[in-house]
Amino acid sequence: MKKWMLAGAAALTIALPAISPAHAEYKAEHRGGTMRLVARSAAGTLDPQINYTLQYWQIYQGLYDGLVAFKKANGTDGFTKVPDLAEAIPEPTNDGKTYVFKIRKGIKFANGQDLTVKDVVASLQRIFKVSSPTAGGFFSVIVGADKCLADAKSCTLEGGVTGDEAAGTVTINLTQPDAEFMDKLALPHAAILPANAPAEDAGSNPIPGTGAYFVQSYDPNKGMTMARNPNFKVWSEDAQPDGYPDVIQYDFGLTDEAEVNAVMNGEADWMFDQPPTDRLGEIGTKYKDQVYLNTLTAWWYAPMNTRLAPFDNIKARQAVNYAIDRKALVNLFGGPVLASPVCQVLPPGFPGHEDYCPYSKDPGTKWSAPDMDKAKQLVEESGTKGQKVTVIAEDTAVSKSIGVYLQSMLKEIGYDAEVKPISPNIEFTYIQNTNNKVQISVTQWYQDYPAASDFLYILFGCESFKEGSDSSINISGF
Amino acid sequence: MTVASGTLSATPKSRGPWATALRRLLRDRAAVFALFIFVLIVVLCLLAPVYAAWANTDPFTSTLDAVVHINGQDVPVMEQSTEGLGLGYTPIGPTWQIGNYFLGADNQGRDVMARLLYGGLNSLLIAGMATVVTLFFATLLGLAAGFFGGIIDTLISRFLDILWAFPVYLLAISLSIVLIAQGLNLGIITIESGSLWLPIFIIGVVYVPYVARPIRGQVLALRESDFVLAAIGLGVPSYRILLRDILPNVSTTLIVFVPIMMALNMITESALSFLSIGVQPPDASWGTIIQDGQNLLYTRPMVALAPGIAIVITVLALNVLGDGLRDALDPRSKIRIGRS
Repeated sequence: MKKWMLAGAAALTIALPAISPAHAEYKAEHRGGTMRLVARSAAGTLDPQINYTLQYWQIYQGLYDGLVAFKKANGTDGFTKVPDLAEAIPEPTNDGKTYVFKIRKGIKFANGQDLTVKDVVASLQRIFKVSSPTAGGFFSVIVGADKCLADAKSCTLEGGVTGDEAAGTVTINLTQPDAEFMDKLALPHAAILPANAPAEDAGSNPIPGTGAYFVQSYDPNKGMTMARNPNFKVWSEDAQPDGYPDVIQYDFGLTDEAEVNAVMNGEADWMFDQPPTDRLGEIGTKYKDQVYLNTLTAWWYAPMNTRLAPFDNIKARQAVNYAIDRKALVNLFGGPVLASPVCQVLPPGFPGHEDYCPYSKDPGTKWSAPDMDKAKQLVEESGTKGQKVTVIAEDTAVSKSIGVYLQSMLKEIGYDAEVKPISPNIEFTYIQNTNNKVQISVTQWYQDYPAASDFLYILFGCESFKEGSDSSINISGF
Repeated sequence: MTVASGTLSATPKSRGPWATALRRLLRDRAAVFALFIFVLIVVLCLLAPVYAAWANTDPFTSTLDAVVHINGQDVPVMEQSTEGLGLGYTPIGPTWQIGNYFLGADNQGRDVMARLLYGGLNSLLIAGMATVVTLFFATLLGLAAGFFGGIIDTLISRFLDILWAFPVYLLAISLSIVLIAQGLNLGIITIESGSLWLPIFIIGVVYVPYVARPIRGQVLALRESDFVLAAIGLGVPSYRILLRDILPNVSTTLIVFVPIMMALNMITESALSFLSIGVQPPDASWGTIIQDGQNLLYTRPMVALAPGIAIVITVLALNVLGDGLRDALDPRSKIRIGRS
């Protein structure tokens, strides 16, 4: 998932002190009141099966449920999958290709409708009907998905998803075993919605969910108000716990400076955006009791286009890897408390990550320092010295700083480098489109779900490379 | 005869219009002081490479791990916060030691003073060259429209009206957004996307109507003057009339426009660079340095303040100089700064 604003291996959340553990004894004491959130802007459509931003995926946690969910817990505990609207996580049958979910009874949507098997079947069809961004990537493994991808409007997932209302079960058949299918079902794109939800992007009209809250009002230019779902009762503390505040008020339109000030002045409880770098010192000292650090599994990287000179030459790519001062990049991000250097794709603490760093002055498990001599030598050997290289970065403080640093480094190892910061609204799609002939860029990737394939397969798989498309997340063309 | 000759030679020699204007200008203390300030700024900016060499710094290269020697101690240029939660990474502030991070460092660990001088060089270069572009095209269009009249005047005037109908900044921003990414290719003229010629061209073009319209008005009046009518009557070719009779008469107006346009262009360049659509990194201009400093306002305000102050002083000097030039060259002139 591309995340537009928050960044880093650790997410810095500034918030007024609050009790985070979900201990029952705290709940009564802390229940009630209004929680005030602030962000620079809205994040697009409210439709949970279409929106693909961290900003709204955060709020969907309290608005919607899937058949399964990730446990609402901090750290790696949150990687655990728990049953949500399903009574249990089923064991696969039919050689790993069939799952039968027993749907919980007595759950209602925020509009008072009962949750039924029909809603589950319709919601899984709707993923394709609304052309969800992950319909092809994550859910094409369902039987009948190929027809749905070809003709979304008449999608039935015939043979793929069937419901038995009498038994209260939904059966999902896959074309082949998928070890990560439960992870995918736990994402907001697989949220269960009423069967009569529109078969198109709901835009700014909220669709009722089964979560602890519902969207009372939404104006993308102003803000969003979420109130308690009057029909909500806790069925699983791990999957969908009760919330503390009665109302969650989310205001848009503040600058990141104003967001920091609002939290400091007690006018807001939490800010979404990355605090400006010049405020970090102040935040970390004067307001340290209001700061919470939550580790995120994210990766900032500089994809080098393997189909364009000079990075179609492996030695040129290796040279960049040896030359990059990863410590400097960590510092540009805000320091070692907020990020850590890696020499591989998977973030530290992520399933599959093993400390390993060949591109270092002293190759080993950890990065130590850049090896400029080796980098310059590799550039010489590659025969690409003096070639023109353009670095594309987002025109935001951190991304632009990294872009300027990369330009400086590339120049030092022998390239004629320049940097082009472009609007963050278009940078991510611009760098994906092969027509733009981007040689190297600065971007980030945040996990959709905690599996190595969500980084390796998505970012470097052949299926993720589409020439001339704005949606070609295999940016390096590897 | 000798007496008569002596009498003739005692008659005071009439000064030419340029000498008279120069005398008037030199009598204007404010204008002279403004000229002095402007020349001083230009000279200081021209010395940017000398300063960078002397300070042993490269203002276009990231030096995040650099160390600076202050009062016998080695201090890192970029300091990691060690207090509280240890968040943030702050560049060194002003040392007030010439050649040693005098104004501190920016978020890439680069010497702000050196960047300020290099940035000034680019800002002045862009403002100056854009002024040349504006005056060249404005003169060409103004002369043609005013002298030939008819369909040529109509076409040129409507074109200028259309250009002038757009707010200057909106037009400049739109052109920049389109051209900064792609560059400019007009067949014989090709400007690469990162080139300084792009902001020069953009700023130069958007202000053409601002100068062309008063020039056209002046040419319209001159076209009906006796000496021009006489020249036309004698069959003098149009180009000779334009070059010999009309252009010299509008030259004072053009000269008055030079400092005014430079000031306007400097502000426009700063605005575009501040919005990341002017000078592209790692090149610097005063606008880009202000943008760099925007993220350091709370901790290192000098990064944004220094170029801001430099812009204010330079623009003020140019405006005062422009007023002085106008008074000196044509005290009856009604040309005043209009919209921007």
